[in-house]
Amino acid sequence: MAVLDKKPKSLDLSEEFRRPGRGITDFLDKNRRALSALLVFVILMLFFLIANPKVFLGTGIYEAVFTSLPIRIVLVLPLVFVIVSGEIDLSFVSNMTLSLWAFAATAKAGWNPFLSALLAVSVGGFVGLVNGLLVTRVGLPSLMTTLGMSFLLQGLAIGGARGPGTTGIPLTFLEGTPFYNIFVGRIGNLPAQMVWALVFLVVATLLFNYHKFGSHVCCVGDNLESSREMGIHTARVKTLAFVYMGMAAGIAGVLYGLIYGVFFARFKPGDLMLAVLASAFIGGTPTWGGVGTMIGALFGACTVRFIQTGIIEAGLTGFWTQFFNGLIVLLALAAHKLHEPRYRY
Amino acid sequence: METRFLELKNISKSFGRVSALDQVNFFIKGESEIVALIGDNGAGKSTLIKIISGVYTPDSGEIHIRGEKVDRWSVTQARAAGIETVYQDRALVLQQTIARNIFMGRERTGVLGFVKGRLQLAEADRLMRTIGFTSRVFAADSVVAKLSGGERQGVAIARALYFQADLMILDEPTTALSLTESEKVCDFIRRAKEGGTSCIFISHNIYHAYDVAERFVVLDRGKVVLETDRQHTTAEQLVKDMQEIARCNQEGSA
Repeated sequence: MAVLDKKPKSLDLSEEFRRPGRGITDFLDKNRRALSALLVFVILMLFFLIANPKVFLGTGIYEAVFTSLPIRIVLVLPLVFVIVSGEIDLSFVSNMTLSLWAFAATAKAGWNPFLSALLAVSVGGFVGLVNGLLVTRVGLPSLMTTLGMSFLLQGLAIGGARGPGTTGIPLTFLEGTPFYNIFVGRIGNLPAQMVWALVFLVVATLLFNYHKFGSHVCCVGDNLESSREMGIHTARVKTLAFVYMGMAAGIAGVLYGLIYGVFFARFKPGDLMLAVLASAFIGGTPTWGGVGTMIGALFGACTVRFIQTGIIEAGLTGFWTQFFNGLIVLLALAAHKLHEPRYRY
Repeated sequence: METRFLELKNISKSFGRVSALDQVNFFIKGESEIVALIGDNGAGKSTLIKIISGVYTPDSGEIHIRGEKVDRWSVTQARAAGIETVYQDRALVLQQTIARNIFMGRERTGVLGFVKGRLQLAEADRLMRTIGFTSRVFAADSVVAKLSGGERQGVAIARALYFQADLMILDEPTTALSLTESEKVCDFIRRAKEGGTSCIFISHNIYHAYDVAERFVVLDRGKVVLETDRQHTTAEQLVKDMQEIARCNQEGSA
């Protein structure tokens, strides 16, 4: 049997193959999506600075933006996971409403708010799990599944919360509690939720760029069949992406309740959902799956958030906000398209 | 006689009333070699390799691995025995790096499931050099979609080598490739063989097969009709033989 116990002989290695790059051009090439998202954001901010230097050199506008921006950051990062895995989630804002209801109702009933928050995240994660199973096990298309789920959850919140005389649950009683101060208090002038959003960004970036899960999400969204052949558990990977999205919706729901001091079942989800979706794409994540960027999504969320305040501050009347909002979204997408790497297919 | 790595004895397989393979004998030597499996469409090439890789179970006949008879041959068993199938352009994720492609599904991970990225990159770099990959433009962290067809085939071959395949089945590796690209793939295969991996090279193109293989097995309508090696034939002779087989078929059916 000696002849069969062959160890690969050591071959002379090809010297001509290029070494993995560390140079500036390699850096630019690898991060082109995030960098073009940054470029869009910088150009927008320069435009606003020139149009209204007084407001944009002050701190007031940033305080206002950093109050609500964290909700979007928490939502957009897991959404990028779902998009990169080749799916979409349209139910996250309704999921947020439902989770917030769970938080508000239990907190008002006297639960420890930390426990209520944990419940909210679990509710969100459970909804994500159902979405994931419907898509991967039943085989429904995610676009329609999560759209249906969105109506279902919204209806559940409206119908379920309509107890005797309650259309909303005030959460102002939490103000000043340790729970409140930890999550949405102030660190100097900076809202604490902004710090939490950045922590969330670091975790998401680690998961996406350096963890097996992120690697599998990219492979699955790139080519489902290849991933399956190479032994990746594709259904599990996609389901986990949906669960992650759902848990983040739970966190966003709690943040929303604390920041605005109320749970309101008839909260209109449309605007926030479209803003977060736009953030992901303006952030440099393409629609077709397989590739995406976390830091780019952060820039995307900033861009979309600043458009909304910035246009008014720049002197345009509020009636035109929507128009310029759309225009900038389209310009940003066109910029990404022009900046796409050239592939051979 | 030396122990053969793989031996198929009297393998038959039929699908309904269609007999795909009829009493086929086939083997791979103990030391690494490159065998070309040639034949027209419907000759039974794919059925034969799917039996070797464990996708199909033969209706009758025996499979021996390293001299020992195996029962219940399956894909998992075939992989465990060191048999890897390399499909053209399939099983790659094009928008990802060469390194990620080589390790996909079997990542090298450390604490909490974090990927050892630098280790994977260094290993991918070494493997691509082992198969003789020469590119001054691309590196192990380049995106596969930027590579040419032959180079992509190289990535798939490097991946099979990493998992220390003893036998690599290449299904039409040069189809749809240009001349220089095919030459590249043939070089990769030769290097793999030098490193101790046997190859079954499936092709329609006798010239490509002749270029790289040492032994030739010609299948026709489920039977092995010709077995020869480099010392006993030329590419021209092989073409003539194939034409003869085709002519006999036509007369037979007329």
